[in-house]
Amino acid sequence: MFETLHGIWQVFPEGLRLVIIILLKIVAILVPLMLCVAYLTFAERKIIGYIQARIGPNRVGPRGWLQPIADVCKLLLKEITIPSGANRFLFLLAPILAIAPAFAAWAVIPFDDVKVLSNINAGLLYILALTSLGIYGVIIAGWASNSKYAFLGSMRSAAQIVSYEIAMGFALVGVLMAARSLNLQDIVLAQQGNVLHWFWLPLLPLFVVYFVSGVAETNRAPFDVAEGESEIVAGFHVEYAGMTFAIFFLAEYANMILISILASVFFLGGWLSPLEGLPASLFEVPIMGTLLGPGMHWLFLKTSIFLFLFIWLRATFPRYRYDQIMRLGWKVFIPITILWLVVIGVLIMAAVPPWFN
Amino acid sequence: MTDQIIFYALALLLIFAGSMVITVRNPVHAALFLVLAFFTSAAIWLLLEAEFLAIALVLVYVGAVMVLFLFVMMMLDINLAPLREGFARYLPVGGLVALLMMFAMGLVVGPRYFGSERFPVPARHAADYSNTKELGSVLYTDYVYPFEIAAAILLVAIVAAIALTLRRRPHIKAQKPQLQVAVRREDRIRLVKMTSEKKGSP
Repeated sequence: MFETLHGIWQVFPEGLRLVIIILLKIVAILVPLMLCVAYLTFAERKIIGYIQARIGPNRVGPRGWLQPIADVCKLLLKEITIPSGANRFLFLLAPILAIAPAFAAWAVIPFDDVKVLSNINAGLLYILALTSLGIYGVIIAGWASNSKYAFLGSMRSAAQIVSYEIAMGFALVGVLMAARSLNLQDIVLAQQGNVLHWFWLPLLPLFVVYFVSGVAETNRAPFDVAEGESEIVAGFHVEYAGMTFAIFFLAEYANMILISILASVFFLGGWLSPLEGLPASLFEVPIMGTLLGPGMHWLFLKTSIFLFLFIWLRATFPRYRYDQIMRLGWKVFIPITILWLVVIGVLIMAAVPPWFN
Repeated sequence: MTDQIIFYALALLLIFAGSMVITVRNPVHAALFLVLAFFTSAAIWLLLEAEFLAIALVLVYVGAVMVLFLFVMMMLDINLAPLREGFARYLPVGGLVALLMMFAMGLVVGPRYFGSERFPVPARHAADYSNTKELGSVLYTDYVYPFEIAAAILLVAIVAAIALTLRRRPHIKAQKPQLQVAVRREDRIRLVKMTSEKKGSP
């Protein structure tokens, strides 16, 4: 059996084999990601339910566990409507443009010391470039729908994303200064040590700015004026139904997970273990050692903390007013980040231990 | 071989996108084709191992400049009819200018200065070669003064552009978020202690 499989494998030319392996790796990243998105929606409804003293979805399957599957089936079977007067091609292209960057950015995430799809030098720049592309889906959706509500929503979201991207970019400049590298794997390795060596401590203001800008970039509450139900129905995706709507939904949640995983890679040491400072003999115990040592599970744990924060923020804060959002981005976050870049420069020049020596 | 196929595919796409920018009727479509053109040229730069320039092109032009461009273009309802008026009348002058420009470019960009014998095929770099690092080290050592001067000029330009367009209208009534955010409870609420009144009294 194995012999024949190996024989078939050898028939393929070298280049094709490489392509197949890369495609399989992509599938191995994207399929769990889709499942995570599905269950993130479930988690969100449950957590917000408990925060508001309700139970949340509990009808489909045991304790509501099959709810996301039912949602997917519903969305798949719904009719896709295209408004008359809409630009048909762009209307259908917009969801694809929204989801492609949200997925493509996962190529450079280091899950482990070896598990990374593409360990490129300019990983951080690549992330910045791709997250800035997601906005095209929103803008084109709003324009192609030929609807005033959708258009207003996309204009709001465009202005918001462009403003917060600057603060986010500056926060990441701080990270690359501290790590002295653009490679994500190097950024993780630069944080080796214990919890105090992670970048959240020397870059604390940037950390906060990065996460809040991330919430604003993904158009999540309390920054979700782009889909303010009370004013513009549902914002840019008001005309979308069925699977086209589901793709926007998927893109939003994939972006949320991406922001969370990036925040843990940049500021919380990625796949490093928080117990690293402990004596080495502890890590040699068979199962416990692997669990306590560095690995993917720590990255996922840190990511889920941020995801919980996203949901918690949504359940806690009322929506910002639009002028307040703009003020926060331009007049508070950008000056803070620029100031802190100078501070980091001084810290690096002074070789302050334990981070910069 | 594969490199060449990819290059020609990208180059064809780039030429197609570029020609669509100037021929499509809808200005929003034209802007989207311009985005495609930027994207393809970034991909061609990636083929040349200039990943920093490629990513910077996507980040700055596609991610920011074109978004604002589209933003404005979608807000303005551009009427194309007056723009196309007198096309035939201006065609000879426009054509002459275009020919002159082509001639001037041909003088400079021709094989005399950019021929393949003047520029030998660059050697492929190893996998750990970082274009970003190389650019940075040159930019901040050999070319640090031109770089700083350019930065200062850009800063002055930004300040000037803002100063020219900033209108202060002191008499309009608008909310000031910074004052609203800074409000404290004591400014708005006054707690008064008073004894309870007798029951039944008017």
